[in-house]
Amino acid sequence: MRPFTYERATDAAGAVKAAAATPNAKFLAGGTNLLDLMKLEIEHPAHLIDVGRLPMAQVEDTPDGGLRIGAMATNSHVAADARVRSRYPVLTQAIVAGGSGQLRNKATTGGNLLQRTRCAYFYDTTKPCNKRQPGSGCGALEGLNRNSAIFGASHACIATHPSDMAVALAALDARIETLSPSGEARAFPIIELHRLPGETPDVETHLIPGELITAVVLPPPPKGGQAYRKVRDRASYSAGLASVAVVGGAVALGAVAHKPWRAVEAESALAAGASPAEAIAAELKAASDNGRNGFKINLVSRLVPAAVEEARQQGRGE
Amino acid sequence: MKTTITVNGEARELDVDPRTTLLDALRETLGLTGTKKGCDHGQCGACTVLVNGVRINSCLSLAVMHDGDAVTTIEGVGTVGKLSAIQQAFLTEDAFQCGYCTPGQICSALGMLQEVADNWPSQETGDLTAQIRLTDDELRERMSGNICRCSAYPQIVAAIKSVAGELA
Repeated sequence: MRPFTYERATDAAGAVKAAAATPNAKFLAGGTNLLDLMKLEIEHPAHLIDVGRLPMAQVEDTPDGGLRIGAMATNSHVAADARVRSRYPVLTQAIVAGGSGQLRNKATTGGNLLQRTRCAYFYDTTKPCNKRQPGSGCGALEGLNRNSAIFGASHACIATHPSDMAVALAALDARIETLSPSGEARAFPIIELHRLPGETPDVETHLIPGELITAVVLPPPPKGGQAYRKVRDRASYSAGLASVAVVGGAVALGAVAHKPWRAVEAESALAAGASPAEAIAAELKAASDNGRNGFKINLVSRLVPAAVEEARQQGRGE
Repeated sequence: MKTTITVNGEARELDVDPRTTLLDALRETLGLTGTKKGCDHGQCGACTVLVNGVRINSCLSLAVMHDGDAVTTIEGVGTVGKLSAIQQAFLTEDAFQCGYCTPGQICSALGMLQEVADNWPSQETGDLTAQIRLTDDELRERMSGNICRCSAYPQIVAAIKSVAGELA
């Protein structure tokens, strides 16, 4: 690990001020992804601002019947929250499908959203990767791309976003609250947080440098059932090959794109009365593969109808 | 950088490079080598310790992040002369061959049993609103962050089950 300086923030305003004042600074929350990447010298911040103890770890009711989840709430606490389990079961299911118990106890809500891809070429510093080293090329394009994107990829990058939690949040129409370095608070839909790779896969979100995620806000749970399904190589503790969150008529896919992928074509088709199989076929018209990841197209075509049926069954039981 | 961590009930003052992981601080600075370094990337669970009663991978945390925290390592779980129930259960059930993963397995199991007692769900939990029962499937899922290269899993499950009633 390269040397860095460390400070612990005592309030959010001080944290963003410190980030603005220090070149190459990064926020440190749970650290489960960032410290791993720092050991591999994929991340090499000069300064860490520890935001892990900021008073933003609460899960609170909002006046309109939703929930505000503080950015520092651990994945375990969110998954175990009684309100999340009864009103947003898809979120609990997605969170407990990710990582291990130890990781979920440390990983935070904000950090989970900002975790980086598991693409093998991003991790292997002897190989080209436009995300790790802009302009160096993409080793995955013609390499071991079994777990690469089938939606929204570019010739510069075919990596996927690995979060399970974010897929459920996308289907739930969650909003992200942030504090900018100038001290200005803003909020926007989660689907506007992450970028597609385009020509600059190293820029992964629409956050401005030094902007801190402070909370994730869930609207009141919509009508209809909820379901989360994930397919992977092992039964537990493994990144997904594909996952899907269904919330009423909303469908979001995971491990298939550079961001949680809202399947809007499938949603429109479902709303127009198409069968779940027809609906996902409409979405998959835009899918493409790079060879080894072609199986994901077939996988998603089967996974989504199963999840939609499961959610409908849950919805009927309400 | 100065930091104070309570380790196994004793306040310990450290002066470490900020890069020092909690794992390295325990092993190298404090000489508590019971906690093991396996992969050093959070994949194997050998470094599992309890921080304020909650299990984490000590390799993926900086010592300076734990100023004021209370850490329990395998040395705080029991001693050779006074084994804890779960340590005795691992011996009785022959729940290891080489033993390298064992401190992490035991600390993880202690944290896991508390999580079950607190009714935290896992992906094996069917009804998210019901009281959790620690079935074999639940136990295996909840321990999936701890790898045993000797593959003593059936015995590890048996050892944890044998004490689950009294600890959970």
